[in-house]
Amino acid sequence: MRRGFRFWGLVPAWVLMAVTLLAPLVIVALVSVAKRGAYGGFEWDFTLAPYRDILFTAGWSDELEFDPKYVLIIGRTVLLALITTAICMALALPVAYVIATRGPRAKALLIYLVTLPFWVSMIVRVYAWLIILGNDGFGGRLWQFLGGEGSLLFTPTAMLIGMVYSYIPLMVLPVFAAIEKLDPALLEAGADLYASRWTTARRVIVPLAWPGLAAGAILVFVPALGTVLEPMLLGGGKQITMGTLIQTQFGSARNWPFGAAIALVLMALVMGVLIVNALRAGHKREAEA
Amino acid sequence: MTRGKAVEVFKVSKSFGDYQALKEVSFTIHENEFFTLLGPSGCGKTTLLRMIAGFDIPSTGSISLFGTEIGTLPPHKRRVNTVFQSYALFPHMTLEQNIAFGLENLGWDKARRKARVAEMLELVHMTPFAKRKPAQLSGGQRQRIALARALAPEPQVLLLDEPLSALDLKLRQAMRDELRTLQRQTGITFIFVTHDQDEALDMSDRICVLGEGRIQQLGTPSEIYEEPENRFVADFIGATNFLDVEVLSVDGPRARVRTPMGIEIEAAQKGVSGPGKATLSLRPEKIGIEDQAAGEIIAGTVTARNYMGGFTHYTVETRGAVLRVSRRNALSQAESYAIGQQVRLGIVAGSARVLGQ
Amino acid sequence: MKKSHDIRRYPGFGTVTVLFFLWLYAPIAVVIWLSFNENRIVSVWTGFSLKWYRAALDNGPLLDAVRTSLIVAVVATAIATTVALMAAMVLSRNPTMRGAKLSETVVNLPLLLPEIVLAVATLILFSQLGLADGMTRLIVAHSTFCTPFAFLPIRARLQGMSTDYEEAAQDLYAKPLTAFRRVTLPLILPGVFSGAMLSFVISMDDFITSNMLATGGTTTLPVYFFSLIKKSASPELNAISTLLIVLSLVLASAALVLSMRAMRRDP
Repeated sequence: MRRGFRFWGLVPAWVLMAVTLLAPLVIVALVSVAKRGAYGGFEWDFTLAPYRDILFTAGWSDELEFDPKYVLIIGRTVLLALITTAICMALALPVAYVIATRGPRAKALLIYLVTLPFWVSMIVRVYAWLIILGNDGFGGRLWQFLGGEGSLLFTPTAMLIGMVYSYIPLMVLPVFAAIEKLDPALLEAGADLYASRWTTARRVIVPLAWPGLAAGAILVFVPALGTVLEPMLLGGGKQITMGTLIQTQFGSARNWPFGAAIALVLMALVMGVLIVNALRAGHKREAEA
Repeated sequence: MTRGKAVEVFKVSKSFGDYQALKEVSFTIHENEFFTLLGPSGCGKTTLLRMIAGFDIPSTGSISLFGTEIGTLPPHKRRVNTVFQSYALFPHMTLEQNIAFGLENLGWDKARRKARVAEMLELVHMTPFAKRKPAQLSGGQRQRIALARALAPEPQVLLLDEPLSALDLKLRQAMRDELRTLQRQTGITFIFVTHDQDEALDMSDRICVLGEGRIQQLGTPSEIYEEPENRFVADFIGATNFLDVEVLSVDGPRARVRTPMGIEIEAAQKGVSGPGKATLSLRPEKIGIEDQAAGEIIAGTVTARNYMGGFTHYTVETRGAVLRVSRRNALSQAESYAIGQQVRLGIVAGSARVLGQ
Repeated sequence: MKKSHDIRRYPGFGTVTVLFFLWLYAPIAVVIWLSFNENRIVSVWTGFSLKWYRAALDNGPLLDAVRTSLIVAVVATAIATTVALMAAMVLSRNPTMRGAKLSETVVNLPLLLPEIVLAVATLILFSQLGLADGMTRLIVAHSTFCTPFAFLPIRARLQGMSTDYEEAAQDLYAKPLTAFRRVTLPLILPGVFSGAMLSFVISMDDFITSNMLATGGTTTLPVYFFSLIKKSASPELNAISTLLIVLSLVLASAALVLSMRAMRRDP
């Protein structure tokens, strides 16, 4: 390939990403240390107030008091994402296993069916759960039938159902890929060495499917941290997460610097997860080399 | 016969990062020659071919095509065409379109293109298949179309990158003859890359044996086989017995050596300057056994016997060395020697080669 | 005793899988089913009717939103696919060049970041630049997050394609651009198509970014849809949802089938 194209071919991608992604992220970082504007927006005036506001509120006479409100929101968001990831893992393992042990045609069809709902608009999917989980919906009635208190909608459980539904394909696919590579002879070897089925599962299948589970965990956890729609619709606005908190600061609350600070915290969390994952993968490659 | 120089490779080196694939290689290929680059995988033969085609640029050195330096020209500006190992027939085009592709890029008009495509299809006996797509062809047919496509633009040199390796044994044999005929018919210089010594010996006018990024030997097929210049060539081409020998005296191209079997023989030498250690290469089929034994006679015991159909290979243990001997199975039921049997072997001095260490 | 001795089978796994697929498709099925419900109350079935589709098709603001979404999706897809195609060509043919890894990460960056952060970042950028035109804002932002979705299938296709074809084309005197137009592009076309379709679907479906950037005049379909949900759960929503579902499923299926078939055809 000509040297010229090597350079020019990448220019549009770099320009697009630099202008609409990298530069804006830098600006977000700058705004997070700027002063709040009187009528929304912000003023270029350095202050750490937005970060201080995450931890403290001004008390009676302007002295700072520790206020766990936002820390709790951050903690709850992380917890919600963790639970979502855990449920996805537990669900994906048997499903991926069953799919991986089918014939090639059935395998392709089932994987296709797992992928398909992922492409349906996120808002439509969440809306569907809004109907199902409502008091008149099938899910809502099942909840009442099982003796659930009050309505199911607008509870953390409703949010979790919606989140697991949104992100489960991202878990099934990598787990499937890992299990599919597994040699059936290994299971037979397990059985041959007097392991029961469940011992084989625990000591052979899960360890070998682990890379898939780990990859899936990243794919689910990262978007789950930033989730917005499920809390807004299924949580009914009562269940605040980092995503909705950011959304509100740039919307009705008109506190851009504070929103930017929360956005940066969210990004730091995501980057932390990605970096830990990359380091772990790097270690592993080194160990295997 | 004087012939023009088709390709001149002069002191060409090529490195990929730290790895040096070719080290100062120089040779000349004549017009109308069937020239083969032969060597094991990783010897640099494909790199060399790719540099002549223009897919890789030499790190240093120059390549000329009919007197014009082409070392840094892009592939589309070189009048050479390639038959790829994978054939690389464009899957979305018919055979006709594949063959016409180069002609279109050269700006030939439609009538001329059509005539040339028809001519090429005729040449490779594929006329009825003109409208088919490559996926509908067998391996041998694809091979022919790849040839037709590369020959159509009348290249000054045709490059063939292991074109027979994807074919099965029977077809490979037939395609060898076809390729040779095609080369004579068209009169185009062929540069053929292979790791298969049989192909190289069978088809080439001259062979360049490459090993470890260098030219090991360049010569006609019989020179390469009968008069290997070093251990690498003797080892790579055909089977041979290597014996550690002691050089007693050197007289120009010949040397007198003492073999581990105790006998002394005089044989052609290469790379030996004076008395000392050397290697003797002795082809298995050049050692006579029992009734065929001639020259220096030694005694031994058969320790293994491999029946190969046309030949039988024997492993014979003699005093001082284990020799592999092969005997052609003659018209009448050949004599066969059992394991454990005592046999007489005869070494004809003229067929052995003394090689420097 | 009728116990299976096939050690590859786990009791209960089959049941879980069947339930999983029912659960996966139940919401979609419910919405489609209820879209034909005659009753005003969304989740009470009283009879078959197409009236909500009629209502949807008569809804002026809805049609405006559809138009906005289509324009944004078409333009953003065109930009994203072009950018992605060029980057994929360079990166797949020069995997060892300086900055290749970094460039690949940058192209895929929108996939790694939470969308809300991206949305906020672009909002601040546009407000700083004084870019007020809603359509332009949407097109630029959508082009960015659609690029990796266009990039991945094209990259996969190029990686699966031997460089022999391009070399053969150049060997047969095709200039680089001719070789691209006549050989490379036709061969990677399935990848380009599926990339374009995926980015179209992603753009059509986007809510978070569009909601953040939307101005009065330029409401996309999902944003309008959201405002309807907030107002009241009208059965018209089911009709709109069904149309959106069908559009997404058709396009995504086409993209997936294309890329799968292309993969199977090649050795």
